[in-house]
Amino acid sequence: MTTRTEFKNPLIRWVDDRLPVFTYLDHEYNQFPMPKNLNYWWNFGALASVVLVLMLVTGILLAMQYTPHVDYAFESVERIMRDVNYGWLLRYLHMNGASMFFIVVFIHLFRGMYYGSYKTPRELLWILGVVIVLLMMATSFMGYVLPWGQMSFWGATVITNLFSAIPWVGDSIVTWLWGGFSVDNPTLNRFYALHFLLPFVIFAVVALHVVAVHITGSNNPKGIDVQVPRDTVPFHPYFTAKDSVGLVAFLLFFAAVVFFDPNLFGEPDNYIKADPLQTPTHIVPEWYFLPFYAILRAVPDNFIGGWVTSWMGFTFISAKLAGVIAMFASIMVLFALPWLDRSNVRSARYRPIHNVLFWFFVFDCFVLGWVGANPAEGMFVWIGRIGTVWYFAHFLVFIPLVSMIETPRPLPASISEPVLKEKA
Amino acid sequence: MADEVQTSDADDGESSRRDFLYLATLGAGAGLGVAFAVPLIDSMNPAADVLALSSIEVDLSPIEEGQAITVKWRGKPVFIRHRTAAEIQTARADDAVDLPDPQADADRVQQPEWLIMVGVCTHLGCIPLGQKTGDPHGEFGGWFCPCHGSHYDTSGRIRKGPAPHNLTVPHYTFLGGGVVRIG
Repeated sequence: MTTRTEFKNPLIRWVDDRLPVFTYLDHEYNQFPMPKNLNYWWNFGALASVVLVLMLVTGILLAMQYTPHVDYAFESVERIMRDVNYGWLLRYLHMNGASMFFIVVFIHLFRGMYYGSYKTPRELLWILGVVIVLLMMATSFMGYVLPWGQMSFWGATVITNLFSAIPWVGDSIVTWLWGGFSVDNPTLNRFYALHFLLPFVIFAVVALHVVAVHITGSNNPKGIDVQVPRDTVPFHPYFTAKDSVGLVAFLLFFAAVVFFDPNLFGEPDNYIKADPLQTPTHIVPEWYFLPFYAILRAVPDNFIGGWVTSWMGFTFISAKLAGVIAMFASIMVLFALPWLDRSNVRSARYRPIHNVLFWFFVFDCFVLGWVGANPAEGMFVWIGRIGTVWYFAHFLVFIPLVSMIETPRPLPASISEPVLKEKA
Repeated sequence: MADEVQTSDADDGESSRRDFLYLATLGAGAGLGVAFAVPLIDSMNPAADVLALSSIEVDLSPIEEGQAITVKWRGKPVFIRHRTAAEIQTARADDAVDLPDPQADADRVQQPEWLIMVGVCTHLGCIPLGQKTGDPHGEFGGWFCPCHGSHYDTSGRIRKGPAPHNLTVPHYTFLGGGVVRIG
């Protein structure tokens, strides 16, 4: 914001003299220098912000038709599907939009992990990103309760019951969360209020995330700093164009799901109205929670912490509490990633061992997701435990260790260098 | 000495008075903030009408021996089972077994033929099966939770699986005339 842009239009100039929003937009989205070697994995941040806006718009329109009461919620959603003009479209966009949001954000997150985008000077940018993921999880969980189907009700029951694992005050906390003695009307009401509020909080944190990336500038596939203006191209038209290509491809995929298989990501049981006296035989969370659900269930009854504390004469850490701690820790560990990875080379392209480990980690996440979708029986118990141990070992053992012993491949002198060599 | 006069507001009464006012204001503000947080947080606890509906009366006379009914209390199912002599005997015999959550059958019932408990699995809140004819009863002839495989015995005690505690026995009173008040 050091130099002001000169605008020809007198009205724009009049506003800009008093509140330099147009200068800001010009600097940050028109002239903004981007590393010129960005690949398509850098599309996903822009895609995520498009989905967020779509969720806000469809969500507000759905809120105008929805009734947050246990006697009417299910029926009001069916009314949206059958009677409201384009209600089916609004709901299917919103419902699948949540899945799309997580697909895009998970890819964005893996991109950051692969290319070391969390490293100096982008630690705070990364932390804000993890905060966004946490807020998204809370928001989508509460949103899933609103249709008041069987999975809504029992998912809410299982997840809120997790807090009862907290020693001494657990039961009081659960009663407070419910506003009663079970998941009921007060619970539905507060989840609706929070589901309305949190997306705007997400929007605010996204704004901070974007401001932060405009301070440090984008990372790039080589993971080396921009040195000279020749290493960059302006955001417009180069990345507005590239983002548009990715956006069209993404919207094709999104539309294919919404129009051809809108219940692909859903559970048929959620089209049965919630019944507090009848548990579905197999409670599963939405797909984006499956790896975390697998970690929750991975802790055995006789695990070491419980064994030690019960040997000391009391059971402070039950298997249930340990599972809950493990599940929350699986996200919290992401906050520490910038400090766990001690290598000063960002991109995994130049880190042979780290590169292999990364793909093992991606594979592990898929395995945990598969385990989470299945009943905790037989081989799934063991696969889930091994997958969970690998998950934490990846962050707490492999990454720190490899970052200290690995010899990285030589880095190019600049972003432009390899390109110029090819030309010559 | 002249220097000390010039820098006096750093260490004499004037500055400590200012510090005190500053800390007192901050403390009062923080205290009021906490005090105001109490009603805000407490507003999310169960309201008076929710609490008012927290007890029910159930007529037990139509329930034959070996039958069970489920009633809704505080939004949760309550299992009421008219136990057979055989079930009572098994439950008492199992008092001596190594139980995950040790409790004698006599401590779980007021009248041995009436087993009354909250039908919510103590693991993650599912409803165990075993109330209806044809339901599985688990390995110990009581209830079985299909969610994560917890087995409860004829006294509703946890015997196998991830649940940490026995099925909860609510507070209840026999009012006479075959009527019980739960809550």
